[in-house]
Amino acid sequence: MNSAALTLDLLQKGTKASLQGFEDEVVEEKMLEMGCLPGSILEVERIAPLGDPIIINVSGSNLALRKDEARHIRITVIH
Amino acid sequence: MNKLKKIVLIGNPNSGKTSLFNSLTGLNQSVGNYPGVTVDKKSGKFTHVNTSFEVIDLPGLYSIKPKSEDEKVAVQFLQESSAQSDTVLYVVDASNLKRSLLLCTQIMDKKCRVLVGLNMLDVAEDNGIIVDEDKLSEQFGISFVRLNSRASEGIEHLKKQLSQDQKEKEFLGFSNPNYTSSILKRYEKIDSILSASTIKTAKKGTLTKVIDKYAMHPILGYFIFLSILILMFQSIFSWSSYPTEWIETGFGALTHLLSNTLPNHFLTNLLLDGVLAGLAGIVVFVPQIAFLFFFIAILEDSGYMTRVSFILDKLMRQIGLNGRSVIPLMGGIACAIPAIMSARTISNKKERLLTILVTPLMTCSARIPVYILIISIIIPSETIGGVFNLQGLAMTGLYFIGIIVTILASLVFNKFIETDEHSSFIMDMPVYRMPRWKNIGFTILEKVKVFLVDAGKIIVAISIILWGLSSYGPIEKFNELKVRFEQGEIESSQYSSLKLENSYAGMMGKTLEPIIEPLGFNWKMGIALVTSFAAREVFVGTMATIYSVEDEENTTSIREKMMRETNANGEKVYTFAVGFSLLLFYAFAMQCMSTIAVVYRETKSWKWPAIQLVYMTGIAYLFSFIAFQLLR
Repeated sequence: MNSAALTLDLLQKGTKASLQGFEDEVVEEKMLEMGCLPGSILEVERIAPLGDPIIINVSGSNLALRKDEARHIRITVIH
Repeated sequence: MNKLKKIVLIGNPNSGKTSLFNSLTGLNQSVGNYPGVTVDKKSGKFTHVNTSFEVIDLPGLYSIKPKSEDEKVAVQFLQESSAQSDTVLYVVDASNLKRSLLLCTQIMDKKCRVLVGLNMLDVAEDNGIIVDEDKLSEQFGISFVRLNSRASEGIEHLKKQLSQDQKEKEFLGFSNPNYTSSILKRYEKIDSILSASTIKTAKKGTLTKVIDKYAMHPILGYFIFLSILILMFQSIFSWSSYPTEWIETGFGALTHLLSNTLPNHFLTNLLLDGVLAGLAGIVVFVPQIAFLFFFIAILEDSGYMTRVSFILDKLMRQIGLNGRSVIPLMGGIACAIPAIMSARTISNKKERLLTILVTPLMTCSARIPVYILIISIIIPSETIGGVFNLQGLAMTGLYFIGIIVTILASLVFNKFIETDEHSSFIMDMPVYRMPRWKNIGFTILEKVKVFLVDAGKIIVAISIILWGLSSYGPIEKFNELKVRFEQGEIESSQYSSLKLENSYAGMMGKTLEPIIEPLGFNWKMGIALVTSFAAREVFVGTMATIYSVEDEENTTSIREKMMRETNANGEKVYTFAVGFSLLLFYAFAMQCMSTIAVVYRETKSWKWPAIQLVYMTGIAYLFSFIAFQLLR
């Protein structure tokens, strides 16, 4: 099993990943409040027609965020 | 003796809080008005057995740490209610229990007395989650009540629970100085409780995914949004024409009846030409406002509006706005005042300010009466291509002009306003749901009430002042006219028109004439420009008053009177060029005192409303000038 470390903005649509941590305090707080914790399994559900923002699915609920924000979220891809 | 209990209603956005509020209080609700009140406080009352309840519906929150203006308001209010030991009714979205309960535990640790209402259990079951409320109550140490506010189930049980005093129970029991690590602690504890109190079953496929495929499709998505907008405005225009006509006919008949039965007295004139003319000018627009909010409420309640924010965020960012600006901007189509207030959900200060500055350029419902009147004078009611009504097309065109100038203005302001703040778009995408018709009904009722009462007061007051200004003038001049009339020097119709010309209102209009002449406006329109600075729709009321004062018989409609109006050379006054210039002027000019007041309150500075007034009136003057000079 190989797992690649990435940031969320680079995650392909339809690929599952595990949330590792945050690199920005504002994003961290907001994501935690929305129920996105380190260890959560997430998946890019949809990318907006203009390429940004994106929608991720975390434990059944959908969350929209901009790529600018996704850039601060560390993930590892699950194969 | 009745007891009075205060209930504070709180929960995450989209948790069904507002429909629960509607189910609890029914029509016994009131909204704190915009002028003077800093908090948009929605409260309602109900009685159960022998206890009276006052419910306060706070803006939705995700956490106790506020990120935007309206969240700040909610958190402040919670602090106060904890001090007064009021009951906090916390609404939980059962389909997203873990996240919903985070704020609940934070509120518990604020020493509030919390009762939890479990909402959206049907969505949770579709997601394969079955909730055991008894276990939750036991584990949290506070009461959990099942409810389904969409179907008004469990409301009686909830009322019974609310009559009892709630327990104050701490959740974490200690305060952690590090905010993020305390959130993680809370989630950990919530998780362990949830694993013992919920059962996971098979997940049903939801419609949301299917609809989203189309609603957020790269091409179809925008096409659908545009189609919805066009359909909306075409329907508003055609559907509301019938009730509008009934109202017009009704007021016409009433005026006719009263003028025949009441004695010819100063008070009768005040009543008919001042009060009644003003009232008719307001009531006539209720159908449009009702239909507009009918559509906006459906779009919001169904969850579609969030998708619109999503597909437009990148576009909006390019002009300095935020995907969330779509809601205020769309709201601006109804009325800039609530729309500007709804910009509070944008946490970034610069984006919020930009949204506030440009929202009044969107075509608000107060422009509709002006547009309808002018369009019906200068554009024939013909159908082209078998489908499109020319007048409807002209109306649609004005909406698009409004949108285009809004974008341009935002681009310009974006260059001039500096910021170093981080812009955020992290938000929940709710599942699609059937609109709750009861909620939509309440929204329509609330908006119509606000329009009738708030705008109505100003309009009637101005109508009366205007009637006074246009019926009276300098005494010597009026006496001279009277003498000439009595000696048979001037005819009766000429007499009333001369009286108006020499009245105080006429003097005001004439003073303005040199400034507005390049736009094609005469002094009568000048009077209307002055009075409609209070609110755009006053233009129509002013015209009605001016023309009914001029003409003693009130039987013909204002439109016909304006169409018949000719200047000294016998040429029509309301030509296409003049009408078009007027339309453009009203599209852009900041003709709304209430908006100025709200912008002052929201930005806490006179600088921004002043800038807005100058730039909007400037654009209006320029566009009208160019249009009139080219078309005449």
